[in-house]
Amino acid sequence: MKVKKRWISLYVENQIGVLAKISGMFAAKSYNLDTLTVGETQDPSVSRITIGLTSDDMTFEQIKKQLNRNVVVIKVIDISEVPIHKKELLYIKVSSCSDKDKSEIFRIAQVFSLDIIDYNKNSVIVQCVKTEDKNNDMIALFNKNFINRIEVVRGGSVAIEALSTSDR
Amino acid sequence: MVKGTELFVKALREEGVDTLFAYPGGQAIDLFDALYGQEDIELIIPRHEQALIHAADGYARSTGKTGVCLVTSGPGASNLVTGIATANYDSVPLVCFTGQVPLGLLGNDAFQEVDIVGITNSICKYSVTVRKREDLGRIIKEAFYIARTGRPGPVVVDLPKDIQNGLGSDEYPKEVSMRGYKPSEGVHAGQLKKALAELKKAKKPLFLAGGGVNISGANESMTKLVDITGIPVVTTIMGKGAVPCRHELYLGNIGIHGSYAADRAVNECDVLFSIGTRFNDRITGKISEFAPNAKIIHIDIDPASISKNIVVDIPIVADAKLAINAMLGHVTPMKTGRWTEQVLEWKKAHPVNMDKYEGLTPEKIIRYINENFDSPIVATDVGQNQLWVTQYFEPQGNGKLLTSGGLGTMGYGLPAAIGAKLANPSQTVITISGDGGIQMNIQELATAMVYGLQVIIVVLNNGYLGNVRQWQEIFYGKRYSGTCLKYRRSCGRNCGKEGGDAKCPPYIPDFIKLAESYDAHGIRIFKEDGIKKAFDYALEFKDGPTIIECIIDSDANVFPMIPAGKGLADMIMF
Repeated sequence: MKVKKRWISLYVENQIGVLAKISGMFAAKSYNLDTLTVGETQDPSVSRITIGLTSDDMTFEQIKKQLNRNVVVIKVIDISEVPIHKKELLYIKVSSCSDKDKSEIFRIAQVFSLDIIDYNKNSVIVQCVKTEDKNNDMIALFNKNFINRIEVVRGGSVAIEALSTSDR
Repeated sequence: MVKGTELFVKALREEGVDTLFAYPGGQAIDLFDALYGQEDIELIIPRHEQALIHAADGYARSTGKTGVCLVTSGPGASNLVTGIATANYDSVPLVCFTGQVPLGLLGNDAFQEVDIVGITNSICKYSVTVRKREDLGRIIKEAFYIARTGRPGPVVVDLPKDIQNGLGSDEYPKEVSMRGYKPSEGVHAGQLKKALAELKKAKKPLFLAGGGVNISGANESMTKLVDITGIPVVTTIMGKGAVPCRHELYLGNIGIHGSYAADRAVNECDVLFSIGTRFNDRITGKISEFAPNAKIIHIDIDPASISKNIVVDIPIVADAKLAINAMLGHVTPMKTGRWTEQVLEWKKAHPVNMDKYEGLTPEKIIRYINENFDSPIVATDVGQNQLWVTQYFEPQGNGKLLTSGGLGTMGYGLPAAIGAKLANPSQTVITISGDGGIQMNIQELATAMVYGLQVIIVVLNNGYLGNVRQWQEIFYGKRYSGTCLKYRRSCGRNCGKEGGDAKCPPYIPDFIKLAESYDAHGIRIFKEDGIKKAFDYALEFKDGPTIIECIIDSDANVFPMIPAGKGLADMIMF
């Protein structure tokens, strides 16, 4: 009964209320849900949802079954153990920057291949598209260097099955 | 081009709906208008929407057909909620149409607007608002298909007023194709083979039949399976009737109020072959002590019911009847000599009865029904009345015992009996209720009366919410908080305490006078010898319901009993 991080990719009907049905099921059954992203696919009648959650084996099996029996769910894919590409969009805004801070941020961006997408006299916005774990590391790094001066927005992960290489 | 309401009526007809449980209102008025004068669809108008859906539920459970409801928006829809959840837990096929404010007003907090789809998401099989007139036919078709296939359940279809009035095609689809809903068909031969091999190795095998056996109508097949193999069988309360109650190898119900023999057999068996049950906590008790020595085989139509509560060794996703029939060709008599002798000894040594209580007991009333009616339908309420019925009533097949097993809904009995009587006019329909539950939908006396339904209403009146009272007596030091139904504000605060004032006021209401006010009949009995007289009296009145009020001992409890969260070792016999 190992409690660990799991990933599910869901194909669902792209209709009003579908997200409520999925997230509501997690809430109603007290399933843990870490992140959830949703977006339309190449077929406008279908949305794809990527869900990250933490659970034991038995609960995870039950979650997959409960998702499967939901009429609006077309397909449930467990991507916890398969090769995938998985990325999350993260914005970090750093405020009250001195010139020294700004050069430090530019150096960090260079080292970790982050994008500086906007700045003004006192602030910088960094865009970071990495795995959830790496984004956690970036937040920790910025937090340490610019304590109480950062603002974080993150989008939750999206994933797609890999072809020849993978990145999770 | 026809209005949505006309397509709605056409859809009902195509689905073979002959009875519509309905209650009018502002956002349903157009649908009612379309139904006006339609002679092949009878409108039944109960007196409360909760009763309405329970009646549709009783209609569905007693026939296997889909029960259909039509109510207005807002309170009409929200009054269905308890009934939707009731049907959901017990896998009853219902399609509930709710009127809704026009699309343009949705979300506006309009008069009588509620988000019924949002409210019911977690308690139904599927809920949907029709947002385009061109989707109406398809959605209704899908609703009926979803409700009755796979593990049956309730479906909510919300119909905004402008969809009802919108002009469009009159075409009702012949077929359903849903990419998100594919109920399982057939039986996995490999898994079944594995299960049978495991069964053959068993020294102490046991069948456990749940509600799925009754729902799929597998009663005869199940009985054959028991007859051929010679394996003892137990049921859940929803599975009662899966095999004849007087079958030699039937040990009774398992669970919190199960028989000693049945619960002990589960405890000691080495293979538990379970069919159509979801291992609810009322049957398992303490999970770690449930069937501790057994390999568990589990057949169920719903994959999510497998290994949800109890980890199963061999899962088989299949309809109960299909699976049992597939087994019948492969099973042979098993040598279970010593084991069978043992369980039958337990059964003989520990019968379930109320011998300890004198006078008029629920057991005597229910046994009278067993002996004197041919295949009656009995609907229960919830509480002690339900537990006694599930202990003593001997349903002859499926669709005969109607009880809210999963949700435990008080107020279910009378309306469910009304629905069952509408569907089965030539059969005896009895509801056995407590004095608490009957008052939760007592207004349905009017429905039974105006539709001329001979429903026999047995009210076991002990003056208490008896099941909770029983728990208070046994586990809460006799502190009867809120459970006395004779209580009045004028009662002394010392009531029930040592040396306290025990002069109880008369019961409210007087059920006999109440029945008479509806032009129904009523008779009150106090003694065992009144049972026959009362039922004869009820049978004489063919044009409406009769209340048989049975004044029973307040102290009568339901035994045996396994306290919540405990195992068999803690069973209280008496």
